[in-house]
Amino acid sequence: MSEAAAHHDAHHEHHATGMMRWLTTTNHKDIGTMYLIFSLVMFFIGGAMAMIIRLELFQPGLQFVNPQFYNSMVTMHALVMIFGAVMPAWTGFANWLVPLMIGAPDMALPRLNNWSFWILPFAFTLLLGTLFMPGGAPAGGWTMYPPLVLQTGEAFPFLIFAVHFMGASSIAGAINIIATVFNMRAPGMTLMKLPLFVWTWIITAFLLIASMPVLAGAVTMLLTDKFFGTSFFSAAGGGDPVMFQHIFWFFGHPEVYILILPAFGIASAIIPTFARKPLFGYSSMVYAAAAIAFLSFIVWAHHMFTVGMPLAGELFFMYATVLIAVPTGVKVFNWVATMWQGSMTFETPMLFAIGFVILFTIGGFSGLMLGVTPVDFQYHDTYFVVAHFHYVLVTGAIYALIAGTYFWLPKMTGHMYDEKLGKLHFWVSTISVNVLFFPQHFLGLAGMPRRIPDYAVQFADWNMVSSIGGLVFGVSQLLFVIAIVKCIRGGEKASAQVWEGAHGLEWTLPSPAPYHTFSEPPPAASIEGGMR
Amino acid sequence: MTTSAIRRGARCLAAVLAMVPLVASADWNQLNLTRGVTPYSEEVYQLHMLMLWVCVITGIGVFGVIFYSIIKFRKSKGAVAAQWHENTLVEFLWTAVPAVILVVTAIPATKALVMMEDVARSDMTIKVTGYQWRWRYDYVNEGVFLYSGLARTSDVARQLNSGIDPKTVDNYLLEVDRELVVPVGRKIRFLTTASDVIHAWWVPALGWKRDAIPGYINESWALIKEPGVYRGQCAELCGKDHGFMPIVVRALPEAEYKAWLEKAKAEQAPKTADAGPASGVSVATAQ
Repeated sequence: MSEAAAHHDAHHEHHATGMMRWLTTTNHKDIGTMYLIFSLVMFFIGGAMAMIIRLELFQPGLQFVNPQFYNSMVTMHALVMIFGAVMPAWTGFANWLVPLMIGAPDMALPRLNNWSFWILPFAFTLLLGTLFMPGGAPAGGWTMYPPLVLQTGEAFPFLIFAVHFMGASSIAGAINIIATVFNMRAPGMTLMKLPLFVWTWIITAFLLIASMPVLAGAVTMLLTDKFFGTSFFSAAGGGDPVMFQHIFWFFGHPEVYILILPAFGIASAIIPTFARKPLFGYSSMVYAAAAIAFLSFIVWAHHMFTVGMPLAGELFFMYATVLIAVPTGVKVFNWVATMWQGSMTFETPMLFAIGFVILFTIGGFSGLMLGVTPVDFQYHDTYFVVAHFHYVLVTGAIYALIAGTYFWLPKMTGHMYDEKLGKLHFWVSTISVNVLFFPQHFLGLAGMPRRIPDYAVQFADWNMVSSIGGLVFGVSQLLFVIAIVKCIRGGEKASAQVWEGAHGLEWTLPSPAPYHTFSEPPPAASIEGGMR
Repeated sequence: MTTSAIRRGARCLAAVLAMVPLVASADWNQLNLTRGVTPYSEEVYQLHMLMLWVCVITGIGVFGVIFYSIIKFRKSKGAVAAQWHENTLVEFLWTAVPAVILVVTAIPATKALVMMEDVARSDMTIKVTGYQWRWRYDYVNEGVFLYSGLARTSDVARQLNSGIDPKTVDNYLLEVDRELVVPVGRKIRFLTTASDVIHAWWVPALGWKRDAIPGYINESWALIKEPGVYRGQCAELCGKDHGFMPIVVRALPEAEYKAWLEKAKAEQAPKTADAGPASGVSVATAQ
């Protein structure tokens, strides 16, 4: 797109101003920005809860909070981070980038887009409001297993409706992305030319549409069990508490890939850029992501090996689970092969992307170990599991989100971020996050159960190390906020291409990207294909 | 290499070395899975080590190539990017080789699981029932049962701002008022269930944990090889005192176990006579 066309677009920015602009906007960039800011706020609220948890676990004995409040923190931390921080951040990136990457003027369903964002503040007001209710916030774990969750006090219906709202929001977002990608690609942008971020997001969107209604059904049954005398999950009434776990994890396992697949897309965008070399194995990346998505629907029971399934069931879920290592391995090997014989530089996005590949792989290894049923009988519900899912979610999903932020922030704001600050953020985060989570492997193997506010004294040393890492990691994320704010307010002017090795339609637009882009489709010659 | 880079390297090294005494001073049992005291726990330990080594070796390979690339293929050293982006042979190999490794590791895993699930031909049965927040143990067909909860000493110390240093409490949070006593060398079948919410019964030295679910009776087994005291905890979030329902198993030689059982029967007899014939102990024993 030429500068003249961008200038022409600028004259058509007749939108409301002030608060009304943000309430009524149907612009994909405005909505993307709102999603990203919302997610950052939730990241800090969820992070503050994690700080309370690590503070209480700093030494044995109860010093700061009572066990009930501790359980609330564990529960709310998970719900806020999963549904408030990571998922909206991915939708925010999708809003900003999918139209730019496929050469579309906006999302296919702009009003639905506005609505799907504005549901979220209401959902989280409901959820966070429970902290101030008699009986406190939900404390039965984010997995909401009955019968325990039915002991929740006044917070219970608020929890259920908050989950319904979050689900509705993400389903609407997913529908929008599918409709956009399938209908609004620029001429010449065939499916196998899509950038991998777009590919991984389409697959994610299908996972969302298939799994979120299942969660909605599960929590609705909880609601009727509590208030309308049904016994879906009550053994005393002829129901089955284990059935809830099957339904929940039929949602829950695709959910973990909803959280991580877009991260694969971001790594596949950043690594080739800074290696100045095409992505290795583009089509195998697409097929591997699809294979992972398919497998994610037939492995759910590995979250519940200890409930006492028949031997045949345990064997099936073990084999299916370890099979996921194959396509996941393909993706990791492809990223490594992309770096091989490249010409690499190490700006902040690349540092976080390499950190993502290494640390996510460590999380993958512990995932493989957890998939082996007989050993899982030992690992299950210990800190080994806590270490595992924080490696894949914090140094996996969150690292990719941070990498993506540094990578596209110049395109969004028109300014370069402070490179020194970014690198400092990376090094402090990476050292502290390993001090935080690596010792949790030891704690789990040594026999410390998860979700306990106090522990036997033999676990004291590693808990103290982990807490020190946690507090440093938490505080170091303020560097991220400073870097973002500085970049929004000013800084070195960013060029259109921003990065020497950047390829793709979004880098043909001026920085910052004008309010309206691709009102005319880009010339077919500018579509290079996703492997670049 | 510039001096500043050397200084930076030295600082990193110093930081890593500072961690070493901490790791070295820690008991091996605080870093790795227990070998346990049952045939099954030994299998699980071996399987754990096998998977760990598969991961460590793969990790060294993958991370080695990444760090080699980071050092060798940097633009600042004049590296020029190649433009290849496909290689069918390599892609086939790194799909097929991991698949073969997984199939090979699945064989011992399957054997261990089959062994775990084989509860047949057990010598005795103990029923474990989870309550908020203690355990009940029924010696099936012996007419003996007991409740087991957190020991008083731990319970006092674990209150918010109790002022008691947990390090001064014996087996803090891992001590109970009444232990589960079992014999060594006999195959014990455990039936787990719960009366209110879901709990999980876990003693690491036995090599497994099993959920205790209201309305379900789960089966597992253990054959303890060595006499001793084995401690564990509830492993499924079960409410506010989930962290405070420990498990203590005392494994005794056969003769001592028999003596303990007789004593327990005698102790429970008068109580059950008061409670009437509906209780678990027969009237004959009570006389």
